[in-house]
Amino acid sequence: MSIRTIWRKGLNVVMLSLTGACALITVSVLGLVLGYLVWNGGKSLTWAFFTQLPTPVGVPGGGMANAIVGSAKLLLLASLFGMPVGVLAAIYLAEFGGKTFSFIVRYTTDLLNGVPSIVIGIFAYALVVVPMHHFSTLAGGFALGVMMIPIAVRSTEEFLRAVPNNLREGAMALGASKWKTIATVIVPAAFQGIMTGLLLDLARVAGETAPLLFTALTNRFWSPGWNNPIASLPVMIYDYALSAYDDWHRQAWAAGLVLLALVLIVNIASRMLMSRRASFSR
Amino acid sequence: MATASSTFEPAAPIHTGPRSFLRRLTDGDEIAHLITLVFASSILLVTFLLLYRLWADSADARHQFGWHFFYTSTWDPVSGDFGALPFIYGTLVTSALALLIAVPLGLGAAIFLAELAPRKISDSLAFLIDLLAAVPSVIYGLLGIFVLVPLMRTVVAPFLKATLGFLPLFQGPSYGVGLLTAGLVLSIMVVPFIISVSREVLLSVPSDQREAALSLGATRWEATWKVVVPFARTGIFGSVFLALARALGETMAVTMVIGNDPRIASSLFAPGYSIAAVIANEFSEAVGNLYVQSLIELALVLFLITFILNGLARILIVATQQKGMS
Repeated sequence: MSIRTIWRKGLNVVMLSLTGACALITVSVLGLVLGYLVWNGGKSLTWAFFTQLPTPVGVPGGGMANAIVGSAKLLLLASLFGMPVGVLAAIYLAEFGGKTFSFIVRYTTDLLNGVPSIVIGIFAYALVVVPMHHFSTLAGGFALGVMMIPIAVRSTEEFLRAVPNNLREGAMALGASKWKTIATVIVPAAFQGIMTGLLLDLARVAGETAPLLFTALTNRFWSPGWNNPIASLPVMIYDYALSAYDDWHRQAWAAGLVLLALVLIVNIASRMLMSRRASFSR
Repeated sequence: MATASSTFEPAAPIHTGPRSFLRRLTDGDEIAHLITLVFASSILLVTFLLLYRLWADSADARHQFGWHFFYTSTWDPVSGDFGALPFIYGTLVTSALALLIAVPLGLGAAIFLAELAPRKISDSLAFLIDLLAAVPSVIYGLLGIFVLVPLMRTVVAPFLKATLGFLPLFQGPSYGVGLLTAGLVLSIMVVPFIISVSREVLLSVPSDQREAALSLGATRWEATWKVVVPFARTGIFGSVFLALARALGETMAVTMVIGNDPRIASSLFAPGYSIAAVIANEFSEAVGNLYVQSLIELALVLFLITFILNGLARILIVATQQKGMS
């Protein structure tokens, strides 16, 4: 073997192992993230965390029951606003849309998806908080709803397009009108996929903090109705992590564990569901 | 006879004047079309409204400061004098650091996943990397504050000072928080985007490209680096733009570890400030029209930059995938 061949073969082995190392490093970061949260969060996670209100500064104990309920309320509002817009727009794109206009809508959706979440927060502030003159659950839900739209559109459209064309033709051949075909054949056929997509979308905005900072703000007590500032898990994690109290730091870890567990479980479950479906259809 | 002829009428006659339009209206087709069209247009409306609000609500600040806003570095709410240079600097430096780390790491991992790993391993690793992208940014911030910041102060900064301390980049005291820490956290956050998009782009390179290179006697690495990667180059650039847009706009994790100090320092250990972080910290407490408007102008800047970067990224990625298909 010439020196050049040895060099080329050596380079081959070295570079290929380096790429393997890159993949390993990236994946191990996930392990570290999980490990730290389970270790630190597990230590401080108590039953009281789920059932009690935050205690005043200096009083140990307490929990984040209000933030858990708050996150749920915000996500409910976000779903009520974001999902119908996303799904109906996707039905337009997949079933009705022409060429140019659909392209513009799709492109804009992608761009909206890339808008930094803090900018969405300012948008919701200008559109909801300023006219109402106060921070509210409504404003927070609106901000999260706007964040949900792009992914809802793209994933729903993808699943609608995956419905085989002969189902459409079959329904049409039986004399069904177009919307009847969509409502009774196409959407039911894609239903499971659409739902998993929306669930993933929900999991994504569940962790959003920035859009809530000046829309929903936070609250150390229960927030009745929809017109008061409200606590949410991500904002509580942010506030508590930056505080100066050890007890609050522990609670931040606990909240982090709960949030991460929620997000990852939804992600894993829905991705498995999706891949199983994909293998069925193959 | 009349009933028979109406029974055999085609269900949905196409383009035949006002009567058929009425027919389609009663079928519900036109209504469904219209309703979904309204919702599809509402996305355009929301995006337009977003741009309009940011533009209109920063009008006073734009008139007052003009272009000075971007190259002066006073940030003084008391006297109402605002210049955004320190924030722009912090944003650019942290994003550049993030890319410096994330691009080689992500590209390496993507090559491994697309070219070397068996399909099953590749899929499950890609699955784990997608999970990494799903971790909320406030959790990266939490880990940043309590894990990475002490580590930077006690291990990484002394090490860098000892080895590369002759460079001004690595001089001065380290508090743990600072530009370098923020860049590191950002790199972890954007690496999944680079990997998943690059992997897809690499997988869409036709296999005859690889086979041709291998049959000419190229090693596996040469075939990858000299043939496959150049073929997928535009798409990989697209993934980098996508990651850059994420890094520029990332708020929570950066706010928690950057140090929040509007200064321009040559050292990477020094605390800094980013555009998104200053909005997050000061917007809800900002009093005075000009103060609020200056923050909104920063949001406008962020919006426009990410808008352009994302637009470019999409075009590049789609172009590469189509090249692979043809």
